[in-house]
Amino acid sequence: MTDTEPYAIELKGISKAFGPVQANKDISLHVRKGTIHGIVGENGAGKSTLMSILYGFYKADAGEILINGQPTPIPDSQAAIRAGIGMVHQHFKLVENFTVVENVILGAEDGAMLQPSITKARRILKELSDEYELHVDPDSVIEEISVGHQQRVEILKQLYRHADILILDEPTGVLTPAEADHLFRILNGLKEQGKTIILITHKLREIMEVTDSVSVMRRGEMTATVQTADTSPEELAELMVGRKVLLRVDKAPANPGEVVLDVKDLRANDDQKVERLKGISLQIRAGEILGIAGVAGNGQSELLEVLGGMIPAAGGAITVNGDRIDLTGSHSDGQSRRARGIAHVPEDRQREGLIMPFMAWENMGFGYHHDPKYQKNRLFMDNAALKKDTAEKMERFDVRPPNPFLEAKNFSGGNQQKIVVAREIERNPDLLLIGQPTRGVDIGAIEFIHKQIIALRDQGKAILLVSVELDEIMSLSDRIAVMFDGQIMGEKLPSETNEGELGLLMAGVTKGAA
Amino acid sequence: MDKMPKWADIALIPFINLLLALVVSGLVVLYIGESPLEAMAIMVRGAVGTAYGWGYTLYYATNFIFTGLAVAVAFHARMFNIGGEGQAALGGLGVAVVCLSIPWPHWSLALLGAIAGSAAFGAAWAAIPAYLQAKRGSHIVITTIMFNFIASALLVYLLVNVFRVPGSMAPETARFAEGTHLPNAYDIAPWLGFSRSTPLNVSFLVAIVACVGVWALIWRTRLGYEIRAYGHSQTGAVYAGINPVRIIMISMLISGGLSGLMAINSVMGEAERLVIDPVQGAGFVGIAVALMGRSHPVGVFLAALLFGMLYQGGAELEFEMPSVSREMLLVIQALVILFTGALDNMVRTPVERLFLAMRKGS
Repeated sequence: MTDTEPYAIELKGISKAFGPVQANKDISLHVRKGTIHGIVGENGAGKSTLMSILYGFYKADAGEILINGQPTPIPDSQAAIRAGIGMVHQHFKLVENFTVVENVILGAEDGAMLQPSITKARRILKELSDEYELHVDPDSVIEEISVGHQQRVEILKQLYRHADILILDEPTGVLTPAEADHLFRILNGLKEQGKTIILITHKLREIMEVTDSVSVMRRGEMTATVQTADTSPEELAELMVGRKVLLRVDKAPANPGEVVLDVKDLRANDDQKVERLKGISLQIRAGEILGIAGVAGNGQSELLEVLGGMIPAAGGAITVNGDRIDLTGSHSDGQSRRARGIAHVPEDRQREGLIMPFMAWENMGFGYHHDPKYQKNRLFMDNAALKKDTAEKMERFDVRPPNPFLEAKNFSGGNQQKIVVAREIERNPDLLLIGQPTRGVDIGAIEFIHKQIIALRDQGKAILLVSVELDEIMSLSDRIAVMFDGQIMGEKLPSETNEGELGLLMAGVTKGAA
Repeated sequence: MDKMPKWADIALIPFINLLLALVVSGLVVLYIGESPLEAMAIMVRGAVGTAYGWGYTLYYATNFIFTGLAVAVAFHARMFNIGGEGQAALGGLGVAVVCLSIPWPHWSLALLGAIAGSAAFGAAWAAIPAYLQAKRGSHIVITTIMFNFIASALLVYLLVNVFRVPGSMAPETARFAEGTHLPNAYDIAPWLGFSRSTPLNVSFLVAIVACVGVWALIWRTRLGYEIRAYGHSQTGAVYAGINPVRIIMISMLISGGLSGLMAINSVMGEAERLVIDPVQGAGFVGIAVALMGRSHPVGVFLAALLFGMLYQGGAELEFEMPSVSREMLLVIQALVILFTGALDNMVRTPVERLFLAMRKGS
């Protein structure tokens, strides 16, 4: 490649404002053909807005887009597709009950009759999958194939539409480490065939592993573009946050005490009566963190939900501090669990942990609204006490802005999570259940939340941590249990295992079977 | 965050909505060859120009406050209670039973009895759809609509076969005894110029008390907190240990009870007997009132007042402008509902943009 060859993508002075919020400020970006370019930045840094402009969802207020050196206005996604741009969204846009080939041709049919399109697509899919290691059975139904395969379908969809530039938004969030490695092999294969790839992610490790160059965004501005080989994760993190951050978690060795949580042969079903927990047994002692690793959807959510009193169990036994707790019936709800000293930071703060239209002070009492100190008398709640309490907790947990009267939906993801974490940790629970503590949370807040979790452990509390981020599990846990298909595949000490071994367990491969 | 000021949200937008509805109504009036301005003047004068008009306007408004509050309370739990009509009819039955079965010595005691009876009957009628929703997942919209028809049929049966005065041809109960007659505006405040027969009665004060009560319930009690939390996020409620069955049942019982209370105004305060259709569509108007009032008691009060004016002003218009038919009035009322309820976003979005643009400019 010579220097005179035009860039595959060139953005010049892109600006976009939403009301008073300047989401993109004078952004310029140059991506060479046949390279993988990473874009990193915290939530709300403007990555998604920029990509939405490139894909025609938003119109920029100012600036120019050049594709292969040609000025190319992109007013809508059809224009983006015509310009050879394909996008793989974080949440797949697939029709669950259609087959692979039907999904691939959806919206790109050649005429009113489907059969000729399907025949043609089948042939092209065969060629593409041979060329790029993108193997999927064209006739399987989407809902029956794994998430990794679904993602391949998304990529195939874009290639079928002759995309030369692929944008992938947080593509590894739902993948096992092995699946992620396979994805990177596919991306490298695509790169060698001359495709240009833009990878949006918050995982610095992936940036280092797979990209050729990387751009960092902060507060709507492009703060740096560097060659990946010339940088380090620490430097990228600093560029993202604007100050030095600690990527590693500092913690003293655990000092486990009495058993706090003892779970024996726990079973649970979902709404469709499918068994999601198939006999889980585990113990957590005071002063230790048990991390549950696993690919999303292997029963970790149900484990948290049963322990937190959100769904009933179908069998087994749970004891907390030696007392058996109810698994079904009216004494198995969230209120009863809280009364037992169990606090719960749920996986999904927006749907469970917070009521988004409620103000911060209303959310600070959520789940604890029966607490006598928030009652004025038998009839009325003591809102003043709750507001005062909220202001103090927001101060201690550095929630920004520290305004108890702001609605939850108006806080950033990290600050929303800090509200939930503050509410639960400040109850001083014996057992803290915490699911995806830092999902969609910016790096600065991750550091803070991790410190709070470690501090709670050091006070001698038991903590059950569920996370799909293997890094987080590895760095926080004192012991790691891996879940697959509703069972615990094995327990490891973080010092004696590695991502490869955990990855195999997460995929359901035990030593004997492998 | 980029939002418009609160006053614009709760005052300006409903006002623009209303204005648009009136403009389109004006076009309708123009189309049939009458002067919109004159029609408007007749309506306003008829509704609020005289003590006589006020008497009817506030009487209708009282009905709509009760049914509007009923819809609002249920809506805070995201239950769409369409059954106000039936629940209010059963409330009427409750009032009739209370008034006919006990020789009340004084109207104030009778009023307390009637409040209890009407609320209990209305709540009971809401309890069945609520139970079906909470336990069986039958959609509350469908079941409450069906219960309106059942209520109406039940009332016809009872009035014809049980309560009818022997020898009378009219399907209605006997007139309630003297001791149950509620004082009307003339009895309470004759100096205000109300006529002796004005329908406005002491129930209006009960309605105001109900507004305050609903406000306190929703924003000051633990139950109200749980109802709102459940309404915003059912998964969140389960997380917090809020029992969905309990919330559905209680919010619908309160809603049905409020609908039932409407009957103390129309059945006890005005007709002084139970007739075959004591509700006259007020249950449905309550839906529009709650929508326009954004499920807040103050909003419900103001919206109920507006609809009271539309009803009374409309009746006057029909009388003074014979070419404006009853159906035409329905069209005008429907336009108000359409613009304030269903087309809310049509106005909201541009107004929001305007505010943002203004802020950016400043």
